[in-house]
This record gives sequence, C-alpha cells and structure tokens, in this order.
Amino acid sequence: MNSFSQALDFIGRNGQIPGEPQLPTLVHLTLETIKIAWIGVGIALVIALPIGLWLGHIHRGSFVAINVGNIWRALPSLAVLAIGVAFLGLGLRNVELALIVLAVPPVITNAYVAIDGVDRDVVDAARGMGFNGWQILRKVELPLGVPLIFAGIRTAALFVVSTTTIAALTGYSGSLGDIINNEASYHLSGVLGAAMCIAALALLTDLLLALIQRVLTPRGVSLEKHPARTEAIGPPLAENV
Amino acid sequence: MIVFANGPVIPNFGGGGSTFACERANRLFCPNWVSQNWSSVLWPALRQHIVLTVIAVVIGFAISTALALLAYRRGWVERPVVIVTSILYTIPSLALFELLVGVPGLGLSRTTAEVALVSYTLLIMFRNTLTGLREVPAEVRDAAAGMGMGSMRTLLRVDLPLALPAIIAGVRIATVTVISLATVAALIDDEGLGAPILQAISNEVFKTELIVAGGMAIALALLADGLLVLLQRALTPWARVHQ
Repeated sequence: MNSFSQALDFIGRNGQIPGEPQLPTLVHLTLETIKIAWIGVGIALVIALPIGLWLGHIHRGSFVAINVGNIWRALPSLAVLAIGVAFLGLGLRNVELALIVLAVPPVITNAYVAIDGVDRDVVDAARGMGFNGWQILRKVELPLGVPLIFAGIRTAALFVVSTTTIAALTGYSGSLGDIINNEASYHLSGVLGAAMCIAALALLTDLLLALIQRVLTPRGVSLEKHPARTEAIGPPLAENV
Repeated sequence: MIVFANGPVIPNFGGGGSTFACERANRLFCPNWVSQNWSSVLWPALRQHIVLTVIAVVIGFAISTALALLAYRRGWVERPVVIVTSILYTIPSLALFELLVGVPGLGLSRTTAEVALVSYTLLIMFRNTLTGLREVPAEVRDAAAGMGMGSMRTLLRVDLPLALPAIIAGVRIATVTVISLATVAALIDDEGLGAPILQAISNEVFKTELIVAGGMAIALALLADGLLVLLQRALTPWARVHQ
C-alpha cells in the first residue's frame, strides 16, 4: 500500500514531481479533462435530446432509436478513437467527434423510451384539457420522463469522462490521461494519483447529475414506482434488454 | 510483448521498393500489409481478445449469479452489492486498470486485466439475474409449491428457467462491455486487439493497423452480440410467444 500513500502525496503536491518543473499541475489537467468532457456531452445533448424526445413524442422510429443503442454498446471507445485518428489525425477535433459518437446513442434511446412510454391515458387527459402537442411534451411527457432521460445522460457522461482519459492513449495530450500515458516522468505513484483523480471525477460527475435529476423529478415520480422499461440503456437500468 | 516478439510491428513501414508504396504513403487501408501481418499480429491479437473476454464473463457470471441468488433469498444483500458494484462500474476503465496495477501482487499482468474486466460485469449481470428471478409470478411459484416441489427444486426447475431471458440479456451486455474494455486492457497487459492499436499509435500513426484492429474489435462485439441473441432465442422458445 506504500505506492498508494505516495500517490496521495502526488495529489497533495498538485501533480508536481521534484526536479521536473515543466509538468502541468493536476488542477490544470483536471479542468482540461472536465472542459473536453463537457463540450462533448453538451454537443451530444444538443444533437440527441431533440431527436429522442421528438421521436418519442410522435411514437415513431422505435426500430432506429432502440437499435442505435444496441449497436452503440458494441463500439469500443479505444477502437472508435483509433479509427478517428486514422481518418482525422490527432487532435481535439478527433477526440470530440469520438465523444459525440459515443454519447449520442444512449441519450437518443433513453429519451425515446422515456417519452414513448409515458402513460397514454395521462397524455389523453392533457389533450382533453386543451393542451397542444408542445404543451403535452413540455408539461406532461418531459417531467414524467425525467428519470429515464437522465439515465441516458448519466450513461453518456460516464462514457465521455472515461473516453476523454483514454484519448491520451491515442496521442491527444491535455487530459488526466496524459499522466497515465507518461509513466516515465510520473512514476507509478503519479499514475496512481491520476487514476484516483479520474475515478473521483467520474463518481462526482455521476453524483452531480443524480442531484440534478432529483431536483428535476416531480414528486411522486421515481424509478422505484416506475421500473425501468426494457429498452432503456444504462448501468442502473440494464435489465431485460 | 507476446504478439510482437518476432519483429517490429510494422515491418514494412518505411521499407524500400515499390511493393511497400501503400505503407510508406500511409494510406487508410493497405490490403498487402493486412495479409502479411494477419497470422503474426492480427489473428493472435483476436484470439487473445476472445480468451480475455471469455474468462472475464465466465468468472463474472459465477460471482454475480451467486450474489443474485443470495440476494434473492436474503433481500438485505442487494443494497450493499449494488452500491459496491455501481462504484466499480462508474470508475473509468483507464483509472481502474492503473489502480489495480498499484495493488501489491497484481502489477502488470493478465490477472490484473481480468480482475478489472470482471468487476465491470458484476453490476450488469447481478441486476439482470436478480430482476429476472423477482419477476417470476407468485402464482407460478405457488403452483410449484402445490405440486410438492421443495425450495431447491422450485429454484432450479421454475425460477431459473423463467428468469433465463433476463439472465442471458445480462450476459449479452456484459460480454459486449468486456470486449470493448479489453481493448484498453492492452495498456497493462500487452495482448488483445488493443495491443496493435496502441502499437500503431506509439511511434508514428500507422493508419491501416488502426483501422483494421479497431474494426476487428467492433466486428467482434457485434458478432458476439448477435450470437448471444441467437442463443437467447434457442434457449427460451416460449419467450417469443409473448412478443
């Protein structure tokens, strides 16, 4: 366990190694990692949420929405990054493209399943009260779909954080993965320290999204009362696919 | 360095003569390179990848099924198991592999890779198996009891067969997940399809190898997924009636 206490020292020194003054600080690399990940998640949400919500709202395209998710599972992130490097070369553009490719499908699938699965009686009641399509989506389907929509967003965010660090293996420098890819300079203690930071970052990201989900979920709607529907994707919802 | 023991990974890269024009130009796909390196690099990597995956899924299946059966009988077991396996699942693969390298006795080895890969399968298969068991209708279980079946026989002949679609669905997701993560495992255990990918990127970017090895990883995952769907259909003919 000695190497783990050295790793904590490394974190305490903010990622600096005595005798190697040019190394970036741990805080800097963490912020860079968060930046790359958030750009990826942000663009993916802008693309995927409208598609998934709209398809769910009109109850069309279930084959596409669900199979996109199934194929997505079979995309190893390292392979996607590698193929991206072959076509686009090294750089932020390739990394962000890979992140978007990996983050879009779970968001589409879960948003579709969430909206498509809202109780038709509730939607009919809203229509009977004079809601139009947009109002039904915004005031009825969206609040009721929050748990499943967020399951997709959390899955995507987790994947993006993980893939951002893997991008260092494919030559993109500027994330916490750099430390892991550079054991020669950082030694095992630095690599372990960086791994701890990455793990903490992923857990905190998931926790943050879970809190946002809790705030946005209307009282009375919870996953316990509405068990995950079978097509949804995500670690907490992977039953019976 | 098992795969590459017999020479450089890209033997033709930068070599002379017009035969290697494609490699020297670093085009996207050089069929010549693929055929020359299939038996020495690509095929062994594919085989190792399959072995890594099968070992991880089998061990993960054994552990998660045991835990699910325990949780089925003793409900309080579920919560701690879900909390621990969720945390394991959430830790990014790169971080988990490296953290395990720091554990005394593991280091850079296949064992370390397998421990990490197994830990990613637990949440998926545990939840699927437990949900499958719990969704067995109470009437069916009552009927089994009424026919004089003991709890062990009910489990083996009623609960488990009815839970089979959910169980296999879990195996399916776990298998594809492991195939995906096993490419990253090459960082700490130089084998599997991740090894040629990392090698192709380590010095100069060699595009053909990236595309072929990456494509093989994706194809393997899709193929495994398809095969498990067929297995699921074959093992549970009654499930099709409901759909």
